[in-house]
Amino acid sequence: MKEQLIQRYSAAERINHWIVAVCFILLALSGLAFFYPAFFWLTGVFGTPQLARIIHPFVGVIMFVAFARQFFRYWHHNLINSEDIRWMKSVKTVLSGHEVGDTGKYNGGQKGMFWLMCACMAVLLVSGFIAWRPYFAGYFPIPVIRLALLAHAWAATGLIAGIIVHVYAAFWVKGTIRAMVEGVVTHAWAKKHHPRWYREMTGKQK
Amino acid sequence: MALQSLDITRRSASPTASPQARKTIEIAKLIDVSTCIGCKACQVACSEWNDIREEVGHNIGVYDNPTDLSADAWTVMRFAEEESNGKLEWLIRKDGCMHCADPGCLKACPSPGAIIQYSNGIVDFHQENCIGCGYCISGCPFNVPRISKKDNKAYKCTLCSDRVSVGQEPACVKTCPTGAIQFGSKEDMKDVAATRVADLKTRGYTNAGLYDPQGVGGTHVMYVLHHADKPEQYSGLPKDPAISTTVQLWKGWLKPLATIGIAAAGLFGFFHYITVGPNRPDDDDEHAAANPAAKQEDKA
Repeated sequence: MKEQLIQRYSAAERINHWIVAVCFILLALSGLAFFYPAFFWLTGVFGTPQLARIIHPFVGVIMFVAFARQFFRYWHHNLINSEDIRWMKSVKTVLSGHEVGDTGKYNGGQKGMFWLMCACMAVLLVSGFIAWRPYFAGYFPIPVIRLALLAHAWAATGLIAGIIVHVYAAFWVKGTIRAMVEGVVTHAWAKKHHPRWYREMTGKQK
Repeated sequence: MALQSLDITRRSASPTASPQARKTIEIAKLIDVSTCIGCKACQVACSEWNDIREEVGHNIGVYDNPTDLSADAWTVMRFAEEESNGKLEWLIRKDGCMHCADPGCLKACPSPGAIIQYSNGIVDFHQENCIGCGYCISGCPFNVPRISKKDNKAYKCTLCSDRVSVGQEPACVKTCPTGAIQFGSKEDMKDVAATRVADLKTRGYTNAGLYDPQGVGGTHVMYVLHHADKPEQYSGLPKDPAISTTVQLWKGWLKPLATIGIAAAGLFGFFHYITVGPNRPDDDDEHAAANPAAKQEDKA
């Protein structure tokens, strides 16, 4: 039997996602280099340490703009409802491989991750501008820059840990990566993981 | 440089120890504010010796010129007019790097070897390793380092490390016409300061004292102040300087927490996958999705 597929992400959505992803990897590596002396060599992703310091904030702006486009694409799919609360409370069951609740396009975990990413991105943008030399930092008092540097490091840590979970979840739930590479998922995938979304997309009751 | 490199106590962003075998004598510069006449010879000497020229600025109504430290002005005289007990006092302070024993700039710097601390106490910037992030500015409790507009690298007083390394005093010390700036071992400078403080006390400055703030582990530039109880009067010299709590949280506490957080996320994924295994839709069971509680087959 030929496998039945549902379009989950359009080409534009996929390109958008991968722009954010590539920016994130470059930023995380160079950011970790600035944070951990032992990883300073990771500044090499941008050629030299000086170049990494210069380029990192510009890539950050690209990531934020691309992520903002994603925010406007997806925020209304990520409003948390009672089903999602149930999902979050039953996360242990979910992790053992069982589905919980009548999940729509996104489950409680994905929605939580979405809002975590939004919060981190906002903090990173604001604190990043405050600490950005030589263009903006000069306009802020030193105690404010100190707070910005602390907040930037915290938010980056949160985002990196969150993205590790995000990537792992995509790797763990087989058929998910295909959604962001080819844009499609199988009926079986949709039925199992996102039953309500599956019914919406196919018009089927089961 | 070869032997000098043996005299490095600490190096920015370098987790392992620097060579420790040799121990050189700890030095200090003592600035006696009470005998300073504000002639700015030290500013000129600094500019000459280090070949840096700040732009000639404008008179802003006070003697301060340049009005602030910069990448081309590593020391500036700050003139404060203070009225107390019905008399005017002109408090003149030569501002510049304090060469802290516990330098906030070095703690904050992310670039290995951009900031080094010699065992004689001098904290020096090595601009070839500077990446221009300005973290040193955030780390400094005295607001001293400045990023150059020409090359985006940080600069500050070197305590004439080049002169000191060949047994000479810093340029500002050599040129001071009143002997208000002295240089020697830190112990000797404390003795000189004690004599000066005792003298000031006999002249009615009961709060005279030495400024060698312990919050930064002591400094290698020290002041004799006639009002050691109110250092803020001297153009905002901080009373109890220390590396900011924010910087400590950022460069101290957050590192292990971030390591644990990021490692936990990665390790969780790894162990979850090798124990629970992949989550696959079961093609044979049409009802799998309809029945959320259905037990799922993990076998491929």
